[in-house]
Amino acid sequence: MNQEIKKQKNNLGLWGWLGGGRYGMERYAYSLHRLTGLGILLYFILHIFATGTRIWGQEAWDQTMHALETPFFKFGEFLVFVAFAYHALNGLRLLFTELGMLMGKPRRPVIPYTNAVRRQRPFFILAMVLTAILIVLGGLDFYVL
Amino acid sequence: MTTLADKVNVVFEVLRYNPETDDAPRMQEYTVPVTKGMTVLDGLHWIKEHLEPGLAWRSSCRMGVCGSCGMFINGYPRLACNNQILHIHKSRIQIKPLPNYDIIRDLVPDLEGFFQKHKSVKPYLIRKDLKEQNMPTGEYFQSTEELVNYIQFAYCIKCGLCLAACPTVATDEQFAGPQALAQAYRYNADSRDEGSDERLEITFSGHGAPNCHFAGACSDVCPKDVDPSFAIQLLKKEMFLKTLKTGKAKKSIHLIPINKDFVESPDIPAAPKPTV
Amino acid sequence: MREGKLWVFHLLAGAVIFFLLGMHMFIMHLDEILAAIGLGYREPISAESVFHRSKHIFFMITYILLLGSALYHGLYGLKNILFEISMSKSAEKSISVFLTILGLALFAYGAFAAVFVFVN
Repeated sequence: MNQEIKKQKNNLGLWGWLGGGRYGMERYAYSLHRLTGLGILLYFILHIFATGTRIWGQEAWDQTMHALETPFFKFGEFLVFVAFAYHALNGLRLLFTELGMLMGKPRRPVIPYTNAVRRQRPFFILAMVLTAILIVLGGLDFYVL
Repeated sequence: MTTLADKVNVVFEVLRYNPETDDAPRMQEYTVPVTKGMTVLDGLHWIKEHLEPGLAWRSSCRMGVCGSCGMFINGYPRLACNNQILHIHKSRIQIKPLPNYDIIRDLVPDLEGFFQKHKSVKPYLIRKDLKEQNMPTGEYFQSTEELVNYIQFAYCIKCGLCLAACPTVATDEQFAGPQALAQAYRYNADSRDEGSDERLEITFSGHGAPNCHFAGACSDVCPKDVDPSFAIQLLKKEMFLKTLKTGKAKKSIHLIPINKDFVESPDIPAAPKPTV
Repeated sequence: MREGKLWVFHLLAGAVIFFLLGMHMFIMHLDEILAAIGLGYREPISAESVFHRSKHIFFMITYILLLGSALYHGLYGLKNILFEISMSKSAEKSISVFLTILGLALFAYGAFAAVFVFVN
């Protein structure tokens, strides 16, 4: 009677991180926050090594910077800028919400239901508008001016 | 204009899995004649009655109270009893068991771990004065404002939809999950409770509140507006202030002594003798 | 409990980075726009301006502060992501040790570079 039941694993796994599904836009924001964070971390570690060359004087610095002056690296740098703009402003929103701000107070659940995610959404949209402005400014600076 | 008698054929694509005969789950289709007002749960009952007596799922109250019939309907965790088929506006409805839980059979998820996590956060009032708690000399007074601080989170029916939507639960088996953390906050925020330090072990561990990244999907799917992600953010705030030692200390509870001079109205009949 | 404290530092480091990295990004990448309103360096990446900044005590200190908080914030975030892929306690332990050593080594290297160029 008490024999072990064979169960089927049904975890979403990594698709749970990347597939936003049919939920709100904050779940996509979460995936993107994760991706940009990892990207920036990778760049940052390389950046420490690249800028560390200034120990060996101006010449070494000029050589390193010259080696990195290709369109490929320039575009990579622009991507890092984009990731930074997103991660910083979405991170600021998260800093506020994780400290219980921007979402109002607990209330009695009365239909029509609202929830904290929807209440903070205007601030998310604001953060995304600011991100877009920063990206446009950065794009101008990188490629136009 | 559809009337109650009009029938629309809707194809139900249902996940089938029998642990005794199947190696892997498969999808099977059933055509269900749907009338106005039929819920997804009614559709499943129709299939069981007319086409496939062996189809298994969990349900009980069929009115969104018990939280048994959580299913992954068209890629979204919902209560089958709470959603009308025609409101989904699709001629095909795909029904799978809730993701992030093991499948026991067909649409039956294994909620054992879910309930263990719920238990692990000590979801009950904890008082430091055990003597007063066990042998009360009075009532703990709670104002309406203090009630509103947590009442929303107390409406949880343990349907488990939030864990199915949560991205962290998708990979992290040890993560306490939105339901358990929201319940931890529900008791922490209760003016009568003094157990928030005891719950820290779970809520503030490496698989607790810091692993919530406010994707907000749990709040979106919650059928009772418990808003788990909100509770977890408030929990984080509490933990943050506690770490920096800047949080407000809980007000000591106001005890209303039992009225000894109370006289029972003679009109009220006496309670029957206990049977157990 | 200890884990939770690390998360609090992650948040605080994030707030510090928001300002310092914001400043860094404005100086380095929005230089033309800053110059248009009369601020910042025209050629922020040239050896001349880099070494000019590096000799400045304010930049030396903010470099080290930004380096430390960014490394902490980034590596704690990475740790959190890795721990969310269910793994054994011993694997968690070795990842923690590895990331701590990596962080300290990178910090030592970066801080040394900042101080060395400042002094010489």
